Amino acid sequence: MKRRISDRLLKLISISFASIILILIIGIVYELIDGSMLSINRFGWRFLVTSTWDPVKNVFGAMPFIFGTMVSSIIALIIALPISMGIAIFLSELAPQKIRPSVSLMIEMLAAIPSIIYGLWGLFVMAPFLQIHVEPLLGKYLWFLPLFKGAPLGIGMLAGGLILSIMIIPTIASITRDILNTVPTLYKEAGLALGMTRWEVMSKIVFPHARSGVIGAIILGFGRALGETMAITMVIGNAPMISASLFSPSYTLASVIANEFSEAVSQLYISSLIELALLLFIISMIFNALARLLVRREKVLQ
Amino acid sequence: MTKKLIIEHLNAWFGSVQALKDINLNIEENSVTAVIGPSGCGKTTFVRCLNRIHEVVDNARISGKVLLDGEDIYASTSDPVLVRRRIGMVFQKPNPFPTMSIFDNVAAGIRLNGIKKKNEIADAVERSIKMAALWDEVKDKLYKSATALSGGQQQRLCIARTIAVEPEVILMDEPASALDPISTAHIEELMQQIKDKYTIVIVTHNMQQAARVSDYTGFFLLGELIEFSKTPDMFTNPGDKRTEDYITGRFG
Repeated sequence: MKRRISDRLLKLISISFASIILILIIGIVYELIDGSMLSINRFGWRFLVTSTWDPVKNVFGAMPFIFGTMVSSIIALIIALPISMGIAIFLSELAPQKIRPSVSLMIEMLAAIPSIIYGLWGLFVMAPFLQIHVEPLLGKYLWFLPLFKGAPLGIGMLAGGLILSIMIIPTIASITRDILNTVPTLYKEAGLALGMTRWEVMSKIVFPHARSGVIGAIILGFGRALGETMAITMVIGNAPMISASLFSPSYTLASVIANEFSEAVSQLYISSLIELALLLFIISMIFNALARLLVRREKVLQ
Repeated sequence: MTKKLIIEHLNAWFGSVQALKDINLNIEENSVTAVIGPSGCGKTTFVRCLNRIHEVVDNARISGKVLLDGEDIYASTSDPVLVRRRIGMVFQKPNPFPTMSIFDNVAAGIRLNGIKKKNEIADAVERSIKMAALWDEVKDKLYKSATALSGGQQQRLCIARTIAVEPEVILMDEPASALDPISTAHIEELMQQIKDKYTIVIVTHNMQQAARVSDYTGFFLLGELIEFSKTPDMFTNPGDKRTEDYITGRFG
């Protein structure tokens, strides 16, 4: 009898702890929706397409922040993707067995660095470097592209995308490596025995085999970029504007919430910030769910 | 008879474990050579050394020479990719590419040879599948996934895929060990039909199979080549006591 009581107790306690997670998520969603009702009622769907953000006149629109979030994350992805794929291929196929664990460890350590440190480094090292060396060159030789117009400020969209790319490389690279490792040697050897080069084995056999998992890894990295707050806030310039130039400052959903929440005075201002949070929540959830679905499907298929 | 492959002082290692010790033998053109021996005797390692696939395993090394038409495939100027196109391989476990259709599995090898025209590829695919005695069974589902086939059909597809690259030598590593007797008979028949065009080396566990299909047989034990002779001689009049013990079933 005694044993049964302790088992029941264990079950009860663990169920109640586990349900805290569920309650928390429901609570957060409820608060986000409840808190943004004022703004939703006032601006409706126009909130999404309005590019004014004016606390003085009490006019709020999310457009510049959605733009800043999406574009900085896309830039991050464009830069991080080839590098991460290279790292993953190196670690799963090419690197000698002896050095694999230490290189893997270093990649994973990158993910453990607190984002404020990336931010500081971005602000004091990377941004000045961009301003002095990279942006003038881009402006000089690629002046005809609207992407590289304007004064080189260092901080701005390019710096934001770059810092995000460094932060998502560990995520994409290590998951992709795990996925590539699940492709059986059997098929790689079959390719080699046919007279394929290493490259042909990768592109014709390994990647098609691992496709959905690799796409999942990429989306997971993208999701991380969308929600990143601290580092990008320090280097993106924090100005709610939509510009084609990567040199100009921008603003992301996460950054504006972090920066302005403490100084928001009117109810509508606060409510608008909460609606931005709701948007960020929805976008992140969609990408995360999609990514996990793809990664899991790949692992189940093996 | 011409010697297609000449193996001289071949040694192979996995890390510090020596899997092959000083192997010397010649493989005749357009013949079937069987490699027999108990598990772990190095027979699979031996054929994997013949198309330079042994070296793709981490820490694997070899020394010695393997001459293909007189040229050492391990020479520093030799390209393993080109060696493998001349010396094809069929593996123990059927391994058609699961992401490709039946057609594409065979076409993959043809495209490697630089053939781009669609009708040429289609002709070559059909020819290869016919040669592997699989055409009637798959002609209506060429664009279905290769994983939908039975084990025996998958293995014949792998043979078709290997043939499609037009190699000169085909290595078979226990190609029938995972198959039922009817599929096994199919593959043995197939070997007889194609041996006038190719030089075949087959690893087998099954001594009856070696006796049925091969012209020459090599007996491996603990990484050494104990005996190599014409198959009928090997099975009727073995020269070594250990060979005799093995083929009469006293061990192994």
